[in-house]
Amino acid sequence: MSDAPYEIVIGLEAHVQLKTQTKLFCRCSTEFGNPPNTQTCPVCLGMPGSLPVMNKKAYFLGMKTALALNCGIPKFTKWDRKNYFYPDLPKGYQTSQFDLPMSEEGYLDIKSLKDEFEPRRVRIIRAHLEEDAGKSMHDEASGKADSRIDLNRTGTPLLEIVSYPDMRSAAEAKTYMQELRLLLTYLDVSDCNMQEGSLRCDANVNLHIPTENGTIATPIVEIKNMNSFRSVERGIAYEAKRQYDVWQETGKVLGELPKQTRGWDDSAQVTRSQREKEESADYRYFPCPDLVPVVVTDEQIEAVRSEIGELPATLRERLTSDFGLTSYTADVVVNQGRELVDYFLELAAASGDNKLAGNWVQGEVLRILNDQEITIDQFRISAGQLAELLQLITSGDLDSSKAKDVFAVMLDSGKSAAEVVQDLGIEKVDESALEDLCRLLVERNQRVVDDVKSGNQKAVGALIGQAKKENPNVNPGQVRQICLEIINNL
Amino acid sequence: MSLTQKSATEQLALLQSGELTSVELTQAYLDRIQAVDSSVGAFLRIETESALAQAAGIDARRAAGQPVGKLAGLPVAIKDILCTKDTPTTCGSKMLENFVPPYNATVVEKLLAADAVILGRTNMDEFAMGSSTENSAYHPTKNPWDTTRIPGGSSGGAAACISADMAPLSVGTDTGGSIRQPAALCGCVGLKPTYGRVSRYGLIAFASSLDQIGPLARTVEDAALLLEVLAGHDPLDSTSVNAPAPAYSETVNQPLENLTLGVVDHHFGEGIDPEIVSAVQKAIEVYESLGATIKHIEMPHADYGVATYYIIAPCEASSNLARYDGVHYGYRADQAEVMAELAEDGSDEGPLVRMYRKTRSEGFGPEVQRRIMLGTYALSEGYYDAFYLKALKVRRLIRQDYDNAFAEVDMIIGPVTSNPAFAQGEKNSDPMAMYLEDLYTVTANLAGVAGISLPCGFTENGLPIGLQLQAAPFEEEKLLRAAQMFQTATDFHTRRPELS
Repeated sequence: MSDAPYEIVIGLEAHVQLKTQTKLFCRCSTEFGNPPNTQTCPVCLGMPGSLPVMNKKAYFLGMKTALALNCGIPKFTKWDRKNYFYPDLPKGYQTSQFDLPMSEEGYLDIKSLKDEFEPRRVRIIRAHLEEDAGKSMHDEASGKADSRIDLNRTGTPLLEIVSYPDMRSAAEAKTYMQELRLLLTYLDVSDCNMQEGSLRCDANVNLHIPTENGTIATPIVEIKNMNSFRSVERGIAYEAKRQYDVWQETGKVLGELPKQTRGWDDSAQVTRSQREKEESADYRYFPCPDLVPVVVTDEQIEAVRSEIGELPATLRERLTSDFGLTSYTADVVVNQGRELVDYFLELAAASGDNKLAGNWVQGEVLRILNDQEITIDQFRISAGQLAELLQLITSGDLDSSKAKDVFAVMLDSGKSAAEVVQDLGIEKVDESALEDLCRLLVERNQRVVDDVKSGNQKAVGALIGQAKKENPNVNPGQVRQICLEIINNL
Repeated sequence: MSLTQKSATEQLALLQSGELTSVELTQAYLDRIQAVDSSVGAFLRIETESALAQAAGIDARRAAGQPVGKLAGLPVAIKDILCTKDTPTTCGSKMLENFVPPYNATVVEKLLAADAVILGRTNMDEFAMGSSTENSAYHPTKNPWDTTRIPGGSSGGAAACISADMAPLSVGTDTGGSIRQPAALCGCVGLKPTYGRVSRYGLIAFASSLDQIGPLARTVEDAALLLEVLAGHDPLDSTSVNAPAPAYSETVNQPLENLTLGVVDHHFGEGIDPEIVSAVQKAIEVYESLGATIKHIEMPHADYGVATYYIIAPCEASSNLARYDGVHYGYRADQAEVMAELAEDGSDEGPLVRMYRKTRSEGFGPEVQRRIMLGTYALSEGYYDAFYLKALKVRRLIRQDYDNAFAEVDMIIGPVTSNPAFAQGEKNSDPMAMYLEDLYTVTANLAGVAGISLPCGFTENGLPIGLQLQAAPFEEEKLLRAAQMFQTATDFHTRRPELS
């Protein structure tokens, strides 16, 4: 990004569907994927005379998330109506929060695994609760311009998390969303499925371009319809380039054009204009008279805080400082989710070797998970079983290449490390026998001795091969060490 | 005295003693409706079959010695604003002409649980917006005391059916005076409970922070009986107050001692009919004769009540009525007409937006449209602070006036309206004159306090005059007892209009 002739300025609005059994203001189920309009009632259909009643669970899940994002929780919060007409909005307004949101002023730290950018603290303006709208399905292909509406989703609780425009590259935006998703997963407050729409994001993007007459800013564009992390990255990167081209062509800067909304078209890999904000409705926000304000006590806030548990940032810190993992390994393990972290912690404790445990989880275990497309809870070898294998390595009974063979058989057979070692006929070679063997080999191979003596230590490798032929159970490292000692003492 | 002229309390005693069956009583009211409603127009729909079936069921249970509800066998008329399952509920609007709710309002559930017999649906100003019941999309209701005059509104049908003996009890709603003003103009008793006393679930919203359901009846005792059934907390309405509802009917006959009544001199100023002033003054003297102390109090912000109300109520209404867009239920403009219109005027407006526009232009009457526009304007960017926010501040000051008053007096006594019932059509062309009908009633809604209207006299022309008592929040019990003191000492409530 540093070679681009501009700086990208990005703020994100993330919408998180909270994991409640029932909707925000009625008792309909929030389950995804059921036949259209089967999860509705007079309240979420917006029928005359129906009234909302707040789902307290949603409020507390929202608070838990906000606290984890380091936000402050006001003691008083209220509900407002955002008025606009749309067919999938049955009441003609969305119940949301306007001037007194349930939380404000937090942050989320992000860093790149691949060193794409410097670590950054992205500040959060606010996180507030609102109800989701329904879904409109347009069948324009039929020629009848037939539109259908599914209101199952209407009223599902959403937490809208609004960041400051603190991000400076598409990669940062993508990482922010990934880190947010990870946090939400650790908190167990959302399914976080971007495809199903339980995690969505809109980006506000513009450019700061240095010119001879000082830095100019391009008009802000809101990008919608980014339904994967990749589309967040690509959508923003595309939009930055587009804005630069438009600026070069027209010279229009911030304030000279209305704020525009553009949708990301994933198949065409372009953003397309949806509407000019200036034409859009004035939402006429006002306090919802059907809902009482929410008043919360310090005790309630602390009770929610105590449920948060260890979060990714803290865990990464602990895995590097207390377990000696490299920051890369810690990232890899933590980013896979809490279950893998627990697997690692159990493995480290049982094997007694933190570093070895880290290497094995990051290496062999993750490789299998990726290859088989499974999660750690579907992984056949328990942490305890794997710990037994690692102990054979630390005791010197197995070298790491043999250990990998044993690991592969354990995976296929479900047998313990000890059983596999026995099945494969792997035995620890007696030290004096090994020394005798090495002496014999040194005597037989004068040329290797000469080569080593003249400084080519690698030549000893030939002896390792011969040793393995004589006895497949020898530890190559040990053979190498003993042979070198013998030669050097000649 | 004919059966339909007896009070609900008297009728209930006859039902309980077995001297009267609910079928007989219900039939008597159906006959009365048949005889006189063509000249009054109090009802939008009369539910003859279901009412008689319900009555027969209750009679059978009572005869079998099974437990029955508090109102067992008493007919009740319901304002057509309360949703009733599988029964059309129109709100006096073309917009909901064919709307059949799949659920009951909480008060309807309570009435059914109390074994009240639902007689029919009463007429009202469309979406409860109006003071004359001339804004009904179906037909106007006439005042039984003079059928060339209006019955008041918006619960005009609810008041007229009581005053013409077409129902012993009826349920209305009051957003700015919609129970008390028609009760006053029709010569019956109407009570607006404290905001939060009665669940609003299933009450088709006009202005959510002001709407409240309440009873209309011929006597204070009857109103107490009905309120007892309507009141109480509802988990489906978060604004309903979680406090037990007292058994009003058991205490209503206990006079209050050391009653202190506040009089706001301002209420008797410019614009009020001298006959009303005189009737209310005489009512105050009646209370003095009953041992009450009269204190003169100030309500410095009361003058701003109507202006404040006509910002807040339309603002909320503009949002509450947004749901009537032709998409999910209710009236929808004809699709072919929408497309033809678009083709004709060559507008680049999309068919959806034109459908919204046409649906709402055709489905809502002029007064509803006026209020939606007022509210939309007042909530718009750049006007919100000057109108809505300012109105909220004045509303708090009005509440403060009441709090100060109730620190000094038990209740405030005064007029309900500045004039008796006016002629049909008289104020139709002058919305401001119509809005001023709410002068003495809106402040109770803005402050959320309780108020009752009861008959206190007649004009020379024989039109009823109402007396208003207002009490602090959740003091309905005292309010009813104070009203009953007056009714025991007077006979205005026993007079009947002459209808053929």
